[in-house]
Amino acid sequence: MGRVLAVIIWLLTLLSVVIFFNKKWWLPPAISDHAPALDRQFLLTIIIVGIAFSAAQIGLGWMVWKYRDSGKADDRALYTHGSNRLEVVWTVITAIVFIGLGVMGQRVWASLRLHDAPAGSYSVEVVAQQFQWNFHYSGKDNVFGRTDPSLIDDSALNFIGIDESDPSAKDDSVTSSLVIPVNRPVELKLRSKDVIHSFWVPPLRFKQDLVPGMEIKVHFTANKVGKYELACAELCGQLHFKMKSYMLVLPEDQITALRALPQEQFQTKVQELLTNTPLAPSY
Amino acid sequence: MSVETHEVHRHPAPTGFIRKYIFSLDHKVIGIQYIMLALAAVIVGMLMSLLMRINLSWPGTKISILGTLFPGGAPGGVMNPEFYLSLVTMHGTIMVFFVLTTAPQGGFGNYFLPIQIGAEDMAFPVLNMLSFWVTFVGFIVILSAIFLSGSESTVGPIGGWTGYAPLSALGAIAGPGQGMGMNLWIISIAIFCVGSLLGALNFITTLLNMRTRGMSLMRMPLTCWAWFTTAVLALLSFPVLLGGGILLLLDRLAGTSFFIPGGLYVSGVLSGSNPNFPLHTGGSPILWQHLFWFFGHPEVYIAILPGMGATSHILATFARKPVFGYRAMVFAIFAIGLLGFFVWGHHMFISGMSPYSAIAFSVLTLSIGVPSAVKTFNWLGTLWGGRIRFATPMLFALGFVSLFVAGGITGLILGQSSLDLPMHDTYIVPAHFHLVMGVASIFGMFAATYFWFPKMFGRFMNERLGQIHFWVTFVGVYSIFVPMHVMGLVGMPRRFSSFAEYEYLRALDPLVTFVTIAAITTITVQLLFYFNVFWSMFKGKKAGDNPWEATTLEWSTTTPPPHDNFAGVLPTVYRGPYEFAVPGAPNDYLMQTESGAEEPSGNGHNGHKH
Repeated sequence: MGRVLAVIIWLLTLLSVVIFFNKKWWLPPAISDHAPALDRQFLLTIIIVGIAFSAAQIGLGWMVWKYRDSGKADDRALYTHGSNRLEVVWTVITAIVFIGLGVMGQRVWASLRLHDAPAGSYSVEVVAQQFQWNFHYSGKDNVFGRTDPSLIDDSALNFIGIDESDPSAKDDSVTSSLVIPVNRPVELKLRSKDVIHSFWVPPLRFKQDLVPGMEIKVHFTANKVGKYELACAELCGQLHFKMKSYMLVLPEDQITALRALPQEQFQTKVQELLTNTPLAPSY
Repeated sequence: MSVETHEVHRHPAPTGFIRKYIFSLDHKVIGIQYIMLALAAVIVGMLMSLLMRINLSWPGTKISILGTLFPGGAPGGVMNPEFYLSLVTMHGTIMVFFVLTTAPQGGFGNYFLPIQIGAEDMAFPVLNMLSFWVTFVGFIVILSAIFLSGSESTVGPIGGWTGYAPLSALGAIAGPGQGMGMNLWIISIAIFCVGSLLGALNFITTLLNMRTRGMSLMRMPLTCWAWFTTAVLALLSFPVLLGGGILLLLDRLAGTSFFIPGGLYVSGVLSGSNPNFPLHTGGSPILWQHLFWFFGHPEVYIAILPGMGATSHILATFARKPVFGYRAMVFAIFAIGLLGFFVWGHHMFISGMSPYSAIAFSVLTLSIGVPSAVKTFNWLGTLWGGRIRFATPMLFALGFVSLFVAGGITGLILGQSSLDLPMHDTYIVPAHFHLVMGVASIFGMFAATYFWFPKMFGRFMNERLGQIHFWVTFVGVYSIFVPMHVMGLVGMPRRFSSFAEYEYLRALDPLVTFVTIAAITTITVQLLFYFNVFWSMFKGKKAGDNPWEATTLEWSTTTPPPHDNFAGVLPTVYRGPYEFAVPGAPNDYLMQTESGAEEPSGNGHNGHKH
C-alpha cells in the first residue's frame, strides 16, 4: 500500500506541475508597463512554489515507499525525538526564502501605489454602480465638472450627478466604456454610488476596489493598443457577473481628437470604435 | 507495569434519556453531538456546491425539486443568478462555521481533550452543554435563512461568507438577497460566536487546571496543544466578529451608519430621500472588512490547527515512532496562532486601505509560512525511519500532509501585495483556501474519525470502505482544486453565476467541466463514508481498549470510556506522549501511564539508534 500511495502522490505532483507550467492556461499577454516586473516576480515565486511543493511531495512519497512496516515484531522504528540542529537549519532557510520573497514581492506594489500619478497623466473619473460602469472625462479644459450625489438621476441618464450649471462640466463626457491613451500614465479616480465594486482588466495585471464614500486614486500605463474586457471583481449583487465593460487603448492622437468632441459625438465615436475594434486575443 | 493511582469519587452516568443523550453534561456525548451537527451541516454545504458546479458547467439545467423547494430562486427548477449567489453565501457560511469550526474543536476536541489530559470532564459541563445547544440554534437559524424566499424571489442572503458592507448593510433596497435572509445570516453568526466563546472558555480552563498527576504541559499530546491554541484564537477573535455583526445588524435595522457612508444612491434612490432608504452618513465600508478579517484570518487556523494536531498524533502512532521535534511542533503551533492575528490585511490589499499597511501585512503573511513549513518538515521527520502501518486513519493523515503542502504553498503567491493585483478575487483564491483550510482540515477530521471511532463506539469502521473512500477522495480533491488555480491565472473571477459574458474565459470551458465531474465523483463517494459511520456503529468489528497500540491516555481507559472517563481512578502520567520504539522496552510502544526504568534519560532531544 505504501508504494501505491507513493506513486499516486508522485503522479498527482507531476500532473499538478504540468497543468501549471504547460502554459496552456497562464496569465494573459500583458499590456501594462508594470506587468513585466510583476510577471518576473510571479515566475520566480511560482518556481520556488513548484520546487517546494515537489520536494515536499517527493519526500512524502519517499517516506511512505521506504519506511513500510515489515510486520516483524522485533523490527522497530528509529527511536529519535528530533534534532535541534535540523530545526534551526530548516527554520532559518525557509525564513530567508519566504521573507525574502515577501520583501521582493513589494517592489511592483511600491512602484505603483506609494506615489501619486506622474504629472501629465491622463485622468478619468470612474463611478461604478450596481451592474454598470460610468467613465467621466474632463474634455478640452482638463477640468472635471462638479458632481453631487443629490443630482444623480439614473432615469435622466445623469448617472454620476454632473452639475450642468458648472461651466467646467460643459465639455465633459460620460461613457460606459473606458477609453485611454497608449504609453501615457493613466490616473483613475475610483468611486462607487452604492456598494463595493472592483475594477479588473486581466491583461493589465491590475485590480482595485471602488468603495462607496471614498475616492481612490490609482495609476498605471497601458502600452498596447486594443480592446480589452473589463470586469467587476467584487461581489456587488444579483447581476455581478454581467457588470461588464471594455477598456479601449488608443493612440494619443485619436484620444486628442476624441476629447475635442462634444459629449454626444464622443459617445457615438466610442461606440463606433468599440464595434470596429476586435477584442485583443486573450491567450 | 506498575500503575500508581489515586482514588476519586465515581460519578454515575445519568439514566434518563434526555439527560443522557439530549441535554447531556458529559463532554463525550456533547462531542458526538457536535460531530453529528457537522455531519448534517456538511451534507447541506456539499449539496450546495454540487448545485453550483452544475449551474456553472451546464447552465439552465432543470432540477424539478429545486423549483418545488425554492420557487423564487429556481422558477421551474432552473436556477437564477441570485439563487446561485445565495448558494455561494450559504455554502461558505455553513462550511466555515458549522463544519470546520464544530467537528475539529467542539467535536473531537470536546470528546478527547479531557481524556487525553486525564480529566473526568470539562471544567464547566453546563457551559459545555449550552455551547452546543447555542450552536445548534445558530444552525437552525442559518437553515431558515435559505427558505425565506417568497416575496423576495430569492432563497437567502447574498454576500459571500464575508458579507461585505455596504451590500450587506443596506437592506432590501440593495437588491435580492438583502432582506430578511441577510438578517438571519447575521443573527446566526452572532449566535454561533456566543456558542464558540463558551466552548473556548471551557477548553482553556480545562486544559490549564485539570491535567492529571504527571501530565506536565510538555507531556501533552500535540492534539491538546492544537485544541488549546485553537480555543485561545476563538476566545480572542469571535468577540470581534460578534461586535461587528451587531453593528451590521444595527445598520440594517436601527438606521445607524457604522458601515454605510453618506451620499449613496442605490437602485434609483438617494439615501435619505425616501422612507425605504433612510439617511446614512459617515460610515466606513472598510471598517467591516477589518473587523471581519480580524476574526476571519484566525478562523482559518481555528479550522486547521486541530487537523494538524490529529495528524501529528496519528503519524506518530502509525509510523510507530516518536513525533520528530515535539518542542518545535509546539512552538510552531504557537507561532502560527500568534502570527495569525497580524495578517488579516492580506485579504484587503486592494480594498482601498493604506498601501503602506499592505506592505506590512504582506511581509508578515509570508513569514507565517515558516512555522507551517517547520510543521511539514517535522511530519516528514516523524515518518523517516518509521515502520509505517497503512490503516485508513494513517492514509488520511498522510493525505493531510500532502494537501496541506499543496494548498498552503500557494499562500506564497497570494500573500504578495504585487501578485495580488492580478490574483485577487479570482479562482486561485478559492482553490488555495479550499485545499488548505477546507479539504486538508477535513482530511484531518476523516483521519480523526477513523482513528478514534473504535474508542468512541467500541467498533472499528470498515477498513475496505475506508480505503476506497480515501483513494477516490484524495485523487478527487486534487482534480477539483488544482485546475481551479490555473483558472485563477487566466483571470476567472469568483462568485460569478455565469462565465458566458466574457470572451477571455472561453479557453477555460473544458477545465470548468472537468472540475464539475471531479466534484460530482468526489461528493458521491462521501456516501460511503456516511454509510461506514452508521453501519459500523452497530455492525463494525469489535475493538479492544487499545486497538492501534497507541500511547496516550484515551487508550488506557476502557472502550468506550465510562461516564467519568477513568472509572473513578485518575491515571498518573510518567512519560511523554509518543514513546514508540523505545529501546529495551518489551513492546514497541510505552503508554503514558507506564512507569519504569525504560524511561529514557536526558531530555530526549538527542535520539540514539539501536
